[in-house]
Order: sequence, then C-alpha cells, then structure tokens
Amino acid sequence: MSIDIIISLVKAFLILGLLLTNTILLIWLERKVVAGMQSRVGPDRAGPFGILQTLADAIKLLLKEQIMPLKADRAMYILAPILALVPSFLIFMIIPLGPDIDIEIKGQSIRVPLVGADLNVGVLFFLALSSIAVYSVVLAGWSSGSKYPLLGGVRASAQMISYEAAMGLSLVPVILYSGSMSMTEIVKSQDGHLSSPIPFLDAIVSFIPNWNIFPQFVAFVIFFVASIAEVNRAPFDLVEAEQELVGGFHTEYSGFRFAMFFLAEYINMFNMCAVTATFFLGGWLGPTFSNFLPPLISALMPAFWLGVKTFGLLFIYVWIRATLPRLRYDQLMELGWKRMIPISLIWLLLSSIVLGIREFGLPWS
Amino acid sequence: MNEEKDLKDDLDFWATNSEEGGWNISSTDEGSQKMLEEEDEKQIKIQTGSDVVDDYVYSEETTDDERMIVNMGPQHPSTHGVLRLQVELEGEVVRRVKPVIGYLHTGMEKTGEELAYFQGPTNTTRMDYLSPLFNELVFSLTTEKLLDIEVPERAKAIRILMTELNRVSSHLVALATGGMDIGALSMMIFGFRERELILNFFEKTSGLRMNHNYIRPGGVAADLPDNWQKDVKEILKIIPEKLKDYDEMLLDNPIWQGRLKNVGILTTEECFAYGITGPSLRASGFSWDLRKRQPYSGIENYDFEVPLLTDSDVFSRWRIKVLEIYESLKIVEQTMDTIPKGAYRIQDKKVTPPPRQRLDESMEALIHHFKIYTEGFKVPPGKAYVAVESPRGELGCYIVSDGSSKPYRMHIRGPSFCNLQALPVIMADSPIADAVAAIASLDPVIGDVDR
Repeated sequence: MSIDIIISLVKAFLILGLLLTNTILLIWLERKVVAGMQSRVGPDRAGPFGILQTLADAIKLLLKEQIMPLKADRAMYILAPILALVPSFLIFMIIPLGPDIDIEIKGQSIRVPLVGADLNVGVLFFLALSSIAVYSVVLAGWSSGSKYPLLGGVRASAQMISYEAAMGLSLVPVILYSGSMSMTEIVKSQDGHLSSPIPFLDAIVSFIPNWNIFPQFVAFVIFFVASIAEVNRAPFDLVEAEQELVGGFHTEYSGFRFAMFFLAEYINMFNMCAVTATFFLGGWLGPTFSNFLPPLISALMPAFWLGVKTFGLLFIYVWIRATLPRLRYDQLMELGWKRMIPISLIWLLLSSIVLGIREFGLPWS
Repeated sequence: MNEEKDLKDDLDFWATNSEEGGWNISSTDEGSQKMLEEEDEKQIKIQTGSDVVDDYVYSEETTDDERMIVNMGPQHPSTHGVLRLQVELEGEVVRRVKPVIGYLHTGMEKTGEELAYFQGPTNTTRMDYLSPLFNELVFSLTTEKLLDIEVPERAKAIRILMTELNRVSSHLVALATGGMDIGALSMMIFGFRERELILNFFEKTSGLRMNHNYIRPGGVAADLPDNWQKDVKEILKIIPEKLKDYDEMLLDNPIWQGRLKNVGILTTEECFAYGITGPSLRASGFSWDLRKRQPYSGIENYDFEVPLLTDSDVFSRWRIKVLEIYESLKIVEQTMDTIPKGAYRIQDKKVTPPPRQRLDESMEALIHHFKIYTEGFKVPPGKAYVAVESPRGELGCYIVSDGSSKPYRMHIRGPSFCNLQALPVIMADSPIADAVAAIASLDPVIGDVDR
C-alpha cells in the first residue's frame, strides 16, 4: 500500500472524528448560548457544565425503538437519513485546515496538505454536495407517507433550490477575485493586507487583512443569509417549523434515524460556517507566533484560527435563532427571488467592472 | 309576586324540558348499565374510539388530489391545549376549518350544581386557568347579587388589585405563546419569566400560584400580606421595563410586522356576528370594555383608558394586549394609594364563617361555623347574571337558585368558547403559518372552552 493512501485514510478518519466530537460540543454550546440569552441555565446535569448532555441524548436515541410508518416507502425511508449524513461529511473534506506541512517518514520527507482533498473545482464540489441535502429532506418528507412531513418536504424543495441560486451567484465574485476555484488557492489569495492606489487611503487600509469580506461585503451578507436558509436554521426553519408542521420532514422518524438527521443538520451548520470563513474571512490565515511558541503548537495555530472564525460565525447563527421570528413561506420566497438574487447579480456586475478596470485600466486611458 | 311565579315556571321548565331534569336514573351500576343500553350503539363505538367516523365532506367539486385534510390537534404544538382543527388544505393554503372541541370536557358546570355556594369558587377557578381570579370574581359577584349583599370597600379594592394583576399575567402568557407560535422563541421565555413575579405575589397572598380560591362570596379569603406594597411596587417597576424590551425586540422588527400585519382580519361586523368580545373586539375599532360599560366592584372609581386599535388584524390584537397591560398597571398603582382600611369580608353571620378564636367563646359562633361548613349558606330563590371583563372578553355567570345552599343551575359564558367560533373565519384562505398566528392571537384557553 502506498504511503499516499495511508495518509488519505488517516485524514479521513481524523475528519470523521473531528466532526463527530465537534457536533457534540456544538449542540451543547448552542443550548448554553440560547439559555444564556433567554435567562435560563441550560443543560447542567451530565458531566461538567452539562457538556456530556449531547452524548447522553445520542445514546438514548441509539437505544430507542425505530418506528416505521405502515404507509412509508421502505427503501426511500431508510435512504433519506443516509443521504443527509454522507454529504455533510464529504463537504468538510475540501476545507483546508492549514498550510502544507512536512512529515519525516522512514527518512524521506513528505509534503502533506492539511486538507482532505484539494480539488481544483472545490467550489463546485461544495455547491453540488449541499444540493444533495435537498434530496434527503424531500425524500424523507415524501416517503414517510404522512401529511405533515409531505408539507415539510414540499417546502424544502422550493426553499433550498431558490437559495442555492443566490448562494452560487454570491460566490462568483469571490472566484473572480481569487482567480481559482480551489479552496486552498482561495485562502492563499487572501494573504497579506489591503492596499489602495491612493497613498492616503493606503496608509489607513494597510492594517486590515486582505480578506474577501472587505471588498466583497455584499456577497458575504448574501452568502451568509443563504447559508442559514440552506441549512434550515431559524428564521428560515420552515421545513421543520415546529409550531406549524409539528416537526416537518422528520416527524415520522425516531431513534437513530432521527439522530442522523439531527447530526447532519449540525454538521452542515459547522460546514457552512467553515466554508464562509474560508471564502470570506481568510480561512486558516492568522498569526502563527512561530517565534514564541513551540513548533508543534505553532503548526496547529492555522487550524485554531479557522476554528475561532467558524465558531464566531456559529455564535451569530445561534444569536439570530434566539432573536428573530420565523418568516412565512411566501415572504421567504420573495426574499430569495426578488431581493437576494437581483442584488447578487448587480453585485456580480459591479465587481466584474471593478476587476476589469484593475486588470486592464480604464477603457478610455 | 308576579316575578316569583315566573321563576317557578322557569324552574318547572328547567325540571321538565331539559335533559338534566329528565335524568332520573341514579348513578348506580344498574342505572348506568341501563343508560348504556339506551345509548345508540354507533355512538358508543365512536366515543370509545373503536369506530372512526370521517364525517368530513369536501366543500366544492374537488377531489382528493387537489385538497388534503389535515388534523391539527388535539395534540399539536400550536393549538394551545387540546383543540382539534380539521383543516382543509390546498397546497399550503387553508381553505376550510372545522374546530372540534370537547377534548378537555370536565363537566364543571354540572359539578357546580353539586357544590355549595361557598365551594363554588374552588370549582370555577379551574375553568379559565390563566385568569382564575376572574372566574372566582364573577361567581362571587353573581352569588352576592342573589344574596343582595354589598361587600366592604376594602374587599372591593383587593378584588380589583388582584384581578388587574391577573389580567397582566394572563396577557403576558398570551404574548409569550403568541411569540412562540410565530417562531420568536425568546419571547416565550420572557413572557413566562415576568409572569412569575405576579404569580409569586399571588402565592404570597392566597397560598397558591394558580386556582387560588381567593375571591369568595362575601369578600376575599384573606387580607393582603404584610408589606404587600413592596412586592406590588416591584412588579410595577419591572414589568414596564420588560415591556419596553419586548418592543425593542419585536415592534419594529420587519419580520414580525410582515408576519402579523394584514393577517387574520376580524372586522367589527364579524365580531358582532360571532359574539366576540375582549381584546379582539377592541382591536377591530369598537370600544367595548365592561369595566367602563358595566362597572363592577367599584372599578368606575379608577382612572384608566380603554386602548383602541382599528386595524383588526393579528398585529393590533397583539399590540392591544401590550397596551392593556400598561392600563392594568395604572389601576394597580391607584389601588395602592386609595385602598381603604377595614374588613376584607362582609361581617354577616349568615355568609361569613366566624373567626377561629370566637368558636371557643361563643356557642352562636360555633353553630354558624358548623352550619356554613356543612350545609352552606342558603341563597334566596332567583336568577342572576353578572359579567366581568376577563382578559379574553366578557366572562359571565348565570345562576338559578331554588332557595337551597347549592345553585340549581350554573352557567358560565366563557369568552374563549365564543371567540373560538371566529377560527373558521380568520383562518380561511390564509397559509398555515398565518392560521397558526391567528389562533394565537385569539388566545383561547381550552379549559374555558370545554367547561
């Protein structure tokens, strides 16, 4: 077996473990943060500060009976949760956690990129996989053979597809600016500081890192809103709207099949925030302090910075959930088609013009 | 003389023509067996659940493919208890609604006929469990009207103080659950958090957080606790602050406005047609508040306004509850200054049990105590209807007395029951999400619907 395959396998297992433990932490964190905002205590029984609560819930769900409705379409009913979980794991494979590192194995030095798979079409891969999540929700809703899940599934298909469009459009300016569709290249293009042709402005902006969020703020906002809608979080959680559709597409799921949906939702949340950080917030870029810190910790600093940015965005997700009421179905579609898509198209046009001027100069000069 | 004859006819009518009167089978095993035999077999099957009747008929020339019947409830997160709605959906849009009630039927009105008057508030307080003091108040007022007695001024002031605080706590729950139904999850916790302050005060005063049995015929059960002003002052200070917080979070929020404005329209004409009272009527631009129109318990002496909004949508029904909380707090503030000293219950030997220490000294007191707690006080024959403005609308109590110590017939006009009739009107032709908001805006309490 060649050494490359072993390294890839190790990376795959590391990412699997990272995502699973991370989800446990994330659910606990969300519950604690929301509890703090609503002046409650939140989970505090299992383990220190209730940190093992999610683990206990997962064990409970594992041991529970799995009920299948009589009218359910068996194959699709079983397939749907798997279809939800697998893409969520795959998306994280393309997110770079840091720069390439050199490892000495059997005297020979091997360069290992800290990314599951550095695809040169990473952005497309990400968009494609996040679309597959729609199928899981639609199939789950339809195959349950029940009315509330069906309504949830119908809502999902319309919502997620329309927000996919806005999301893809808001990514195009980023690709134009970075000149690449590879996630690693997009991160590298954000290195350094902002610069301006005007000397006076240059002195001011040269302290600000060259992250895409600053030139592409509108695209960032659109992408962020669309990502919330894409993972069905409040205020766009119409798919599972508890007060209207009881539980939406997962009403008829119980036991570990339900846990799979739950897990997928939180992993998707984490993925979306990590992707947002990579596209707009400079990914793993950040000071490594290689002069002060021991080399091992210094090498992990990029992953740490990515984590900080990701959890910062996740905090905003939770904050929004605790604050905003849910949108109505038609308002959601209106926001998607009448506001976000036109704005992202205009923004694409504007940033193309700016980029053209920067590359080729003004047309009359 | 003539009146007495009318009453006798009336009693005869009740005895012969009503189901209750004709019901002469005793509740022994034999009797109930006989009753079961007389019952329609199909009906029993439906009641026991072994035969499900799908009695729903599609409205127009539509087929199963276009329309879908969805059962919202009896177990559904946003039907506020065990209300069941048969909803006919066309895609996401609600076309017809058929409310089905009775899942919380407890027979409290019938039970009221078996309980003496002094036990009555224990029973009525459990009907509308979010505004229990109003139920006690209306029962006590009706009994007092039959007895033709006047409670002391202090008792009246205490009643106003407690019921207005109860209005605040009830509206806070309405705001909380209304917020939750629209997805503002924090609002739910906030509303219940502030209600806790008031419930703590109730607990201090009456010993219970809900179902107080505090307001009784003849006055109130106990005087206000020592230093009650301190607690009430705290409530008066904190709740307006928190209401401002809610406004900051929701009032100008575009999602909140977009969800509530021009949704679930209920016009004044429709309110009249369905007998809808309370905040829903006032939000449709008709100023009708029994506190002003038919003042009770001396509420006419207090200075307060009746908020009025004219949009008749869910937003104004939400907003008017917030405004009413301010007005109720205004009344509470005035009671603190003006509450007179004196007895908190009527000094009438026939109605009020004597104080405990008198029992050791006076034979007379012992006899009265024994009579009141075994037989209850007798109420002269007659009938009376009194209505008060509960947080949900006109809460009325109708009692027919035959001269004994128990009501011959007790009927409660529950505002939730009447308001619920508007559901098919305000839910029709709106998306499910709006329909849910519309239910929340009516603020039904199922305990009050299924008495």
